[in-house]
Amino acid sequence: MESSQSAGNRTVQVRVMRQENPNSTPRWELFEVPYRPNMNVHMCLLEIQERPTTIEGSQTTPPCWEVNCLEEVCGSCTMVINGRVRQACSALVDTLSQPITIEPMSKFPVVRDLVVDRSRMFEELKKVKAWVPLDGTHALGNGPRYSQEEQSTAYVLSRCMTCGCCVEACPQYGPGSAFIGPAAINQVRRFNLHPTGALNKGERIETVMGPGGITDCGNAQVCASVCPKEIPLLESIAAVARDATVHSIRRWFGK
Amino acid sequence: MAQPRVIVVGGGLAGLMATIKLAEAGAQVDLLSIVPVKRSHSVCAQGGINGAVNTKGEGDSPELHFYDTVKGGDFLAHQPPVRDMTREAPNIIYMFDRMGVPFSRTPEGLIDFRRFGGTLHHRTAHAGATTGQQLLYALDEQVRRFEADGKVTKFEGWESFDPVLDATGRCVGVVAMDIRSMEIRAFLGDAVVFATGGLGAIFGFGTNSVVNTGSAIAGCYQAGAHYGNPEFIQIHPTAISGGDKLRLMSESVRGEGGRVWVPKNPKDNRSPASIPETERWYFLEEKYPLYGNLVPRDIASREIHHVVYNLGHRVEGEEAVYLDLTHRDPDYLTKKLGGVLEIYEKFKGQDPRRVPMKVAPAVHYSMGGLWVDYKQMTNIPGLFAAGECEFQYHGANRLGANALVACVYGGIVSGVTSFEWAANHAKKAPASTVADSALSRFRERTKAISARGGAENLYAIRRDLGALMVRNVTIVRENSELVKTQQKLVDLAARTRKAPLPDQGPWANQGLVHALEIENMIDLARAITAGALARDESRGAHYKPAFEKRDDAKWLCTTKAIFTPDGPKLDFTEKIDISLLPLAERRYDVVPAHAPKPSIGTASGSAGAAH
Ligand SMILES: Cc1cc2nc3c(=O)[nH]c(=O)nc-3n(C[C@H](O)[C@H](O)[C@H](O)COP(=O)(O)OP(=O)(O)OC[C@H]3O[C@@H](n4cnc5c(N)ncnc54)[C@H](O)[C@@H]3O)c2cc1C
Ligand code: SF4
Ligand code: SF4
Ligand code: FES
Repeated sequence: MESSQSAGNRTVQVRVMRQENPNSTPRWELFEVPYRPNMNVHMCLLEIQERPTTIEGSQTTPPCWEVNCLEEVCGSCTMVINGRVRQACSALVDTLSQPITIEPMSKFPVVRDLVVDRSRMFEELKKVKAWVPLDGTHALGNGPRYSQEEQSTAYVLSRCMTCGCCVEACPQYGPGSAFIGPAAINQVRRFNLHPTGALNKGERIETVMGPGGITDCGNAQVCASVCPKEIPLLESIAAVARDATVHSIRRWFGK
Repeated sequence: MAQPRVIVVGGGLAGLMATIKLAEAGAQVDLLSIVPVKRSHSVCAQGGINGAVNTKGEGDSPELHFYDTVKGGDFLAHQPPVRDMTREAPNIIYMFDRMGVPFSRTPEGLIDFRRFGGTLHHRTAHAGATTGQQLLYALDEQVRRFEADGKVTKFEGWESFDPVLDATGRCVGVVAMDIRSMEIRAFLGDAVVFATGGLGAIFGFGTNSVVNTGSAIAGCYQAGAHYGNPEFIQIHPTAISGGDKLRLMSESVRGEGGRVWVPKNPKDNRSPASIPETERWYFLEEKYPLYGNLVPRDIASREIHHVVYNLGHRVEGEEAVYLDLTHRDPDYLTKKLGGVLEIYEKFKGQDPRRVPMKVAPAVHYSMGGLWVDYKQMTNIPGLFAAGECEFQYHGANRLGANALVACVYGGIVSGVTSFEWAANHAKKAPASTVADSALSRFRERTKAISARGGAENLYAIRRDLGALMVRNVTIVRENSELVKTQQKLVDLAARTRKAPLPDQGPWANQGLVHALEIENMIDLARAITAGALARDESRGAHYKPAFEKRDDAKWLCTTKAIFTPDGPKLDFTEKIDISLLPLAERRYDVVPAHAPKPSIGTASGSAGAAH
């Protein structure tokens, strides 16, 4: 239980993209904040929040951003830092060149400053039926047995925190496109691999077969390289694409 | 019968579980949450969830889980609901398994269990070391299904402040604010379930997530809900240092063999690798040969505090101890603890598979919370509570991996009971005017805050609050300091009234939200401090050197804090229901004679008394 202490007179320069509301024009503001050991971008924003004065000395409002877990597991604090989409809580100042630039994600409507509206991603999870359709939560005995290997595969896929890094990087995803994006496609694979989820495999596959579905992926492959949870998105896309092909052939033959 | 409408505030494990039970029963649910529910604090839970399934053939049983929980809580929990929870725990784990949670498996494909603190059995189901995330996602998925079917409406980005009470004092809704548009409105229904989680932010930073301010609990408390056992705050023994959060190194690290030690010589500054085995002090293993590093958290934290602050041991000059896994196979560690070890690597830049971690105690969990009856209803009719925001299952100290099961169990019970209540008390439609006075009170409050002038800084006040509480109301408590803390809290409240808003904007004004929260946090801090001051004994996480012993003659009772504008009033008339297990001394060095026996075999594997 310690309090943060500053280390000498070192400072950090931070350039923050400011935007008052969804309709106002964005602008940059430059700040200088005291450096602290183990500092992350979230802590830079905290410093600005408490003393919202730009480097030129003009008084401004505290920047708005979303944050919760502070250990890169909730996905809240995703933003574009030095041109790369990532989480502010795990972006350590020591590893960043300065001035550190901070912008909101570009694929979602800006609410204010660094806060964007990612509700579209949750809608996409709805669209692909990313769940096991349970009969009910009352006691119905054990779940299905499966092996340690199957668990390892499923576990990796199920760590997606809907942070949006992958869709931010994907050239096919965005305001003008219906593409559901790699995160949702990965969920299709995850639930189709589960022994009970697989009972509705066809239904789930069909959700990604129309417009905005799997065929909209241009195979640009940048999604996987920015995923903080290292989810094998390309594998998932390939697997779902294969299943979609098989499914449509089956459908063709009326099976 | 009209379809009951129930408001659920909070979408962590408890709130989502309640929502599912309500939707299954046929209620229409409005689910409010500050953060998108998938980003709730429950995602942070690492180690696992308890349920006595006895996969390892140790003779584990719900009875033993019950006993361990009551003893772990130093006999301050009412026993019947704890028994019911431990009986239901295996079913809860199976339910999650059916939902598709990728629990770690045994070679036979069954759910694997590991050890945790305060028990001698492998009782903790886990999904790698991100169990809370996986459980939360499972419930989130199920709720999304109900949402797609139109049975649940989510209001994410809405923060609830005050409950709405009708003329008879019954709760029929909440006043909430959209933290983007700043719209204020009432959500009305036939019952309300609060599942707003913990209050760690009152202590500045610890292991908790940022939105865990306890502000929603404070709103209920101000409206007359009793606040149970406020003084019982859990300090986790093993967290890493940091300037924004003290990130947890889960108890599962010790469950998987992690050992706590310091150099024997307090002045020894060598790197851990160059300190020979004979010059290391494994103080927990030495003092508690039976439970070793897996003694309950209150005990481990006190011992670490003693070793570091009273005896002056340091690790490489730091006020911390080593948590050492380097003797374990790195691949095994990655498999079992990957999620936790990643956090250490990411934030400390060292690989705990090769270098011992440096850890220290941090504020972690609140055993106290809204007082509820066995049906999860507070003393305000129609107002239910579940999860970390209520006080019911952990007594004076919570055992590791018991929070998740209590959240889910409380969610189940409150879902069922609030549905019953709502169905029995449903009005045709609550009069729309019922919320008028609550709404205008709240609007007045926000106006007053916006009009404030002065030289104080909201964020500085928040920091000072955290520092004050950490210094005086955590591991070691002294009455003289607590008295001073009470006054300082009153002063802090006065300072908030001289803190102008840093932003007067009408849109996504986070400063206004902070201002509302900080006042509420101070009210809870006053209750926590008052409870700590009054309780002149040591029990579980509440430790006073001036009153070293547990005092059952005087203090086997719930602390109930009742809000008054002049500060909390305390009530101690509720005796603890100990009808199921006799009081006993709480020992972890040997098996006490009164302890129930495992049914077949013992923890060490030799045949025990079968019955
Ligand atoms: C780092 C860490 C690790 C842990 N590991 C474990 C573990 O391994 N095993 C275990 O058993 N326990 C563990 N715990 C404890 C456990 O995670 C928590 O007690 C539990 O997740 C709390 O769940 P909850 O549903 O009560 O609340 P939360 O998950 O905190 O959810 C609260 C919800 O309420 C909402 N909310 C809050 N206030 C308002 C408001 N005013 N208006 C509207 N919505 C509001 C939030 O948005 C959120 O949706 C851990 C805790 C921490 C800090
Ligand atoms: S492979 Fe490319 S186009 Fe396809 S989802 Fe990934 S980034 Fe987008
Ligand atoms: S797949 Fe990875 S990058 Fe995409 S939302 Fe999930 S966690 Fe984020
Ligand atoms: S705050 Fe949760 S990912 Fe950064």
